[in-house]
Amino acid sequence: MKLELQGITKRFGSLVANDHIDLVVEPGQVHSLLGENGAGKSTLMNVLYGLYEPSEGRILVDGQPVSFSGPGDAMAAGIGMVHQHFMLVPVFTVAENVALGNEATKATGMLNLSQTRAKIKAISDQYGFDVDPDAIVEDLPVGVQQRVEIIKALVRDAEVLILDEPTAVLTPKETDELLAIMGQLKSDGKSIVFISHKLREVKQVSDLITVIRRGKVVGTADPDSSTTELASLMVGRAVSLTLDKAPAQPGEATFRITDLTVLAPNGQRVVDGISLEIRRGEILAVAGVQGNGQTELTEAVLGLQGHVSGSITLEGHELVGRSVKEIIRAGVGFVPEDRNVEGLVGPFSVAENLILNRYDQEPFAKGLGLKPAVIQQNAREKIAEFDVRTQSAQAAAGTLSGGNQQKVVMARELSRPLKLFIASQPTRGVDVGSIEFLHKRIVAERDGGTPVMIVSTELDEVLELADRIAVLYRGRLMGIVPGNTSRDVVGLMMAGMPAEEALGQEQEFGTEPGSGEL
Amino acid sequence: MSTATSTAPETGGTTVTEVRNWKTPVILIVLAIAALLVFAIGAPSNDVTFRLTGENDPIVLPPIVVSATVTGWVCALVLLAAAAWSFVLVRAGRTVPVWLVAVYSVFFVAGFLTWVVGSAETPNVALYGLLAGSVTLAVPLIFGSLSGVLCERSGVVNIAIEGQLLSGAFAAAVAGSLTGSAFVGLLAAVFAGMLVSAVLAVFSIKYIVNQVIVGVVLNVLVSGLTGFLFSTVMSADAETWNSPPRLSPIAIPFLSDIPVIGPILFEQSIVGYLMYLSVAVIYVALYHTKWGLRTRAVGEHPKAADTLGVKVNRMRFTNVLLGGAVAGLGGSFFTLVLVSSFGRDMTAGQGYIALAALIFGRWNPLGAFFAALLFGFATNLQSVLSFLGTPVPNQFLAMLPYLVTIFAVAGLVGKSRAPAASGIPYIKG
Amino acid sequence: MSNEQKTERQLSRTAAHDEEVRLEAAAELGDGNQAPPAVPAGAQSGELQPGLRESQSLMQRIATGNALVAVLAVIMSLILGGLLIAITDERVAEAAGYFFARPGDMLSAAWTAASEAYLALFQGAVFNWEADTFAGMIYPLTQTLTVATPLICAGLGVALAFRAGLFNIGAQGQMIIGATLAAWVGFTWHLPVGLHLLLVIIAGIVGGAFWAGIVGLLKAKTGAHEVILTIMLNYVAINLVLYLLTTPAFQRPGSSNPISPQLDDTALYPLMFGDGFRLHWGFVVAIALTVLVSWLLNRSTIGFELRAVGANPTAARTAGISVTKGYVVVMVIAGALAGLAGVAQVAGTEHVLTAGVAASFGFDAITVALLGRSTPWGTFAAGLLFGAFRAGGVVMQTNTGTSIDIVLVVQSLIVLFIAAPPLVRSVFRLPAPGAVRKGPKARKNATAGGAA
Repeated sequence: MKLELQGITKRFGSLVANDHIDLVVEPGQVHSLLGENGAGKSTLMNVLYGLYEPSEGRILVDGQPVSFSGPGDAMAAGIGMVHQHFMLVPVFTVAENVALGNEATKATGMLNLSQTRAKIKAISDQYGFDVDPDAIVEDLPVGVQQRVEIIKALVRDAEVLILDEPTAVLTPKETDELLAIMGQLKSDGKSIVFISHKLREVKQVSDLITVIRRGKVVGTADPDSSTTELASLMVGRAVSLTLDKAPAQPGEATFRITDLTVLAPNGQRVVDGISLEIRRGEILAVAGVQGNGQTELTEAVLGLQGHVSGSITLEGHELVGRSVKEIIRAGVGFVPEDRNVEGLVGPFSVAENLILNRYDQEPFAKGLGLKPAVIQQNAREKIAEFDVRTQSAQAAAGTLSGGNQQKVVMARELSRPLKLFIASQPTRGVDVGSIEFLHKRIVAERDGGTPVMIVSTELDEVLELADRIAVLYRGRLMGIVPGNTSRDVVGLMMAGMPAEEALGQEQEFGTEPGSGEL
Repeated sequence: MSTATSTAPETGGTTVTEVRNWKTPVILIVLAIAALLVFAIGAPSNDVTFRLTGENDPIVLPPIVVSATVTGWVCALVLLAAAAWSFVLVRAGRTVPVWLVAVYSVFFVAGFLTWVVGSAETPNVALYGLLAGSVTLAVPLIFGSLSGVLCERSGVVNIAIEGQLLSGAFAAAVAGSLTGSAFVGLLAAVFAGMLVSAVLAVFSIKYIVNQVIVGVVLNVLVSGLTGFLFSTVMSADAETWNSPPRLSPIAIPFLSDIPVIGPILFEQSIVGYLMYLSVAVIYVALYHTKWGLRTRAVGEHPKAADTLGVKVNRMRFTNVLLGGAVAGLGGSFFTLVLVSSFGRDMTAGQGYIALAALIFGRWNPLGAFFAALLFGFATNLQSVLSFLGTPVPNQFLAMLPYLVTIFAVAGLVGKSRAPAASGIPYIKG
Repeated sequence: MSNEQKTERQLSRTAAHDEEVRLEAAAELGDGNQAPPAVPAGAQSGELQPGLRESQSLMQRIATGNALVAVLAVIMSLILGGLLIAITDERVAEAAGYFFARPGDMLSAAWTAASEAYLALFQGAVFNWEADTFAGMIYPLTQTLTVATPLICAGLGVALAFRAGLFNIGAQGQMIIGATLAAWVGFTWHLPVGLHLLLVIIAGIVGGAFWAGIVGLLKAKTGAHEVILTIMLNYVAINLVLYLLTTPAFQRPGSSNPISPQLDDTALYPLMFGDGFRLHWGFVVAIALTVLVSWLLNRSTIGFELRAVGANPTAARTAGISVTKGYVVVMVIAGALAGLAGVAQVAGTEHVLTAGVAASFGFDAITVALLGRSTPWGTFAAGLLFGAFRAGGVVMQTNTGTSIDIVLVVQSLIVLFIAAPPLVRSVFRLPAPGAVRKGPKARKNATAGGAA
């Protein structure tokens, strides 16, 4: 099946997310859409999948114009999509999820799930998926859930498969398996649209690469193009990948985690016996694929986790067992991983958000009363200092752009004397200009002598900021390696290999440090 | 990199240490101690008679006569044992099984019944009447909570059950009176329930108004509207407007003669039979049909359903309408079966009890059915006991269903898991 | 992230507005790692986003036409109520019999029926132009204020809980328990002037706060849903007072009726304008409470915490604000306010305790709070409006025979319409304001200001 997008434009209000995009996907081809976070890739695919209506332009299937009023139409036309955030009903079985929307029924009108099970089995066998049709989806590992998504598309006879950032939640090993599956699908004559911002993967599997920047197609490339070429095409300027940062001047270790274990409400050990320490004036970056205990680790430090054992000390004082408020007052600055959910109160003004964890302290409050004038003054200062683009200090924080929201959170946390600074995904969903600014502030905090912990699932960010790197895998510490450790070694550790072994393996293969992906 | 597989410690993530939840054992032990103090130590010394059949029934069974003291002690000891065992289980890191709670509940109810009847002036109760009456009182509750199941399973919170019941009762009375036909009354009740539902659906789905607000306000609206029409039109000419025909029980020959369960299952009004039918149909439909699969998907993860071509809001709309129809039918029970005239606010908060039954029954049609039966039983027990002259003040018996519900939502049934998207409007990207 | 946490996070996006913002941000980013939640926002509609509303300037607020929508909603509801009065009127029915012969008769009969009823309502609620004395003329207004007093108190309680994200359906029960305790202090103890009333008030506060505190505590400790808890506790409360009224401690000596002895005179709110009017100092207490709640909500650290918990509990928790403590605190304060409504009843108007002491004020308080958009002064105004409806409704029923139930109809219609501004706008063909984005359509048309 040949799929063409012609002049697709998608506007949200005055914002143009896709600007006259043309794209041709030939049968049996892997066509990659490469672009930074926020370039407009997912919007385009949602248009193609019938979730958004295009403002302009048309879609052709085998040369015939089609119009999709919903995903049902797209599926009927042979388009299947594996969403970045899986569209699976957690409490349903695999079979129920696959059947949904495409249900086989018996003569009596009852569901015929055995037919669906058989189909799942057939596809599983064909591609070596090993998926149990009767397993409850929420109990399955992420990698298997993704296969269920692929099965969903294949059961519906999809000819074109859209994979939206499929590797974001996978370990390097799982990623390799997925890439292999893609090859197999391709040889079966399916077309694949592969959306990613990871150059290595794109180069590895693509037949053709289309690069999107700021909603526009800025060029096409073939997979043999050099990494730097692709990177500059994607980012739009000569990329300086290294942050200007002086070597760390670490002092004494004031922050210690000893044998920390965190249990999830279902009893799973999400953090499993971790010990580490951070010195003053150094950045420890915690790397790992999403969902390997990083969130719980940082939340345990802040006192947000319920079932914690072990010890966390800051300048000799125990933090485990103390309330969040006490821990914040003890000098812990915390930038949570999802600013909209944990970092900001959307309807609150920027001014209020800037004092969200100090509203009851001098100088912002006296007794039970707030002091609006002081709060305003503080807001004006911070807005200027952190260059927050907002209409006024009174604007609801929720109306700001992602980068500016993150600056508000960062401004709040960095504008008091800290004894420890923790930032989770400090630049997720933030525009390039802000990233640079935020990174500089983080390094400045380090240089001021604060122990800093950065958690990021973006390896680039980890390598850029870290003085030392700790890697988590399934809640366990795979080891701590120096900040200039090669990407491959960190990758192996992210896949669950202990540090010594990973380092040993690397010497064996003799990979150069710092090579590989962008 | 494939070599990494062999060396990766695969055991890491699968370690599961149970997080202990002491809520259930604590509640069980507290209630067991209460049972020991009241049912056993405080047991009356006389015997208690439970009559299983009436004197004129075709089949007459001898009554069950038990000693209140012995029964009280047996029940209390079983309860203590069950509570102790639940402690042991939780201590060992396991959860308390549902059947243990069920057995516990049965013994608690038995112990309570024996004690309360035994303490009455006449320690003799017609068990068959008690049970049959419970079912009768539970009929509108069951319809109401089925309405809740239909709505909430598809993601719309239905606080308006009360309004749906009341409008059904009103419409059945008016239409029944005007046409002289109870069946027209039934249809009108269905229609009225759907009308209330339509408002709920339009406001909560189209205008994205908070569903709890719409529900609460709808109840007030229906109460005001029916009250207004009752005091103007209906009161002015009750003959024309408020004297609906009555649906009398239809006994199925022979089957209805079976002691105890005969009258419960086989001697019901049309509405009663429709109730059993609705429970069965909705249960089967929800778990074994395409419609049910889609309904549950829309209530759990609407976006996922949407990406598979399921029209989320249309699904919700129709389900809310269906729910209204079911609750409206339940409302007709008040004016066509229970009494044959409409009265101001005659549903008297039954819609809220139905809501509680829905939650107690964990959003499952069968669960809601049994929960509603329990509430019907509590209510009926209250009126039966006031006949017998019980030592427990009437008002405390009246509180029972509400207290049970509070216990239930506060932990006895564990963390009941509502449909994940219930109450959350679906706005398409 | 475990599924449980995911769900928690999805649910914690209580603010519909957050969601809009997120969509906007997502649109702006186009895609990327910024996680769109699987389920779009919010258990709470935009109507419960007072924080946002207050953060807009007055000009913006007028421009977005919310005040206009409110006025139009009231007008629409009154028209619908009038239609209902007209079609159930006997004279109208009579004239309808010969509608085709003389259609004017029916229309004029309908107009007469509805306008008479509403005039009587006005006459009973605001100003009686037929009275002989000035006092008689303004008597209706004082009645309105009297009736509004418990509505305002309980309404403030409901509104405050709303702002912390809790649906307090239990003002009725809290009022009953508050009134019970207050009445008991009022008729059992015999104390000097001043002190007695003070203790009555404190007893009412304690009673209401205790009853609501149970809800806050259970919600905080077990996660039980407050809607269910409050509904159930309403029933428990009414049965409890019914029971108490059968006990010697509460029953009138020598009577077996469920009615308490009269409260001591020292336990009563003094009348404001002498014996000719029922208006008592409880109304001044209601004004003071409005000021207090307004300060508490907008200018105090407690209010900051409560609003944060209501708008985004997860972020509040991350900022060191204890959400569970917040639930208990807000319910205790809300219950205290409802308890004061109970005091207004027993010490202000009823002077005895009966099972019906709270009438339906506790339920009406919910609509009052909704109409007042959960702001203190909005609630105050809504309390006055509904008080007027109630006071006038009684006169209307006596004078024109129109059932007072029509008031319930009009009240609930007002709240419904106000909750759905797009509906009102479409009825009156008003343009959708650009600054307020509601509903997917409006959002798409709106200009995204945040395009950075």
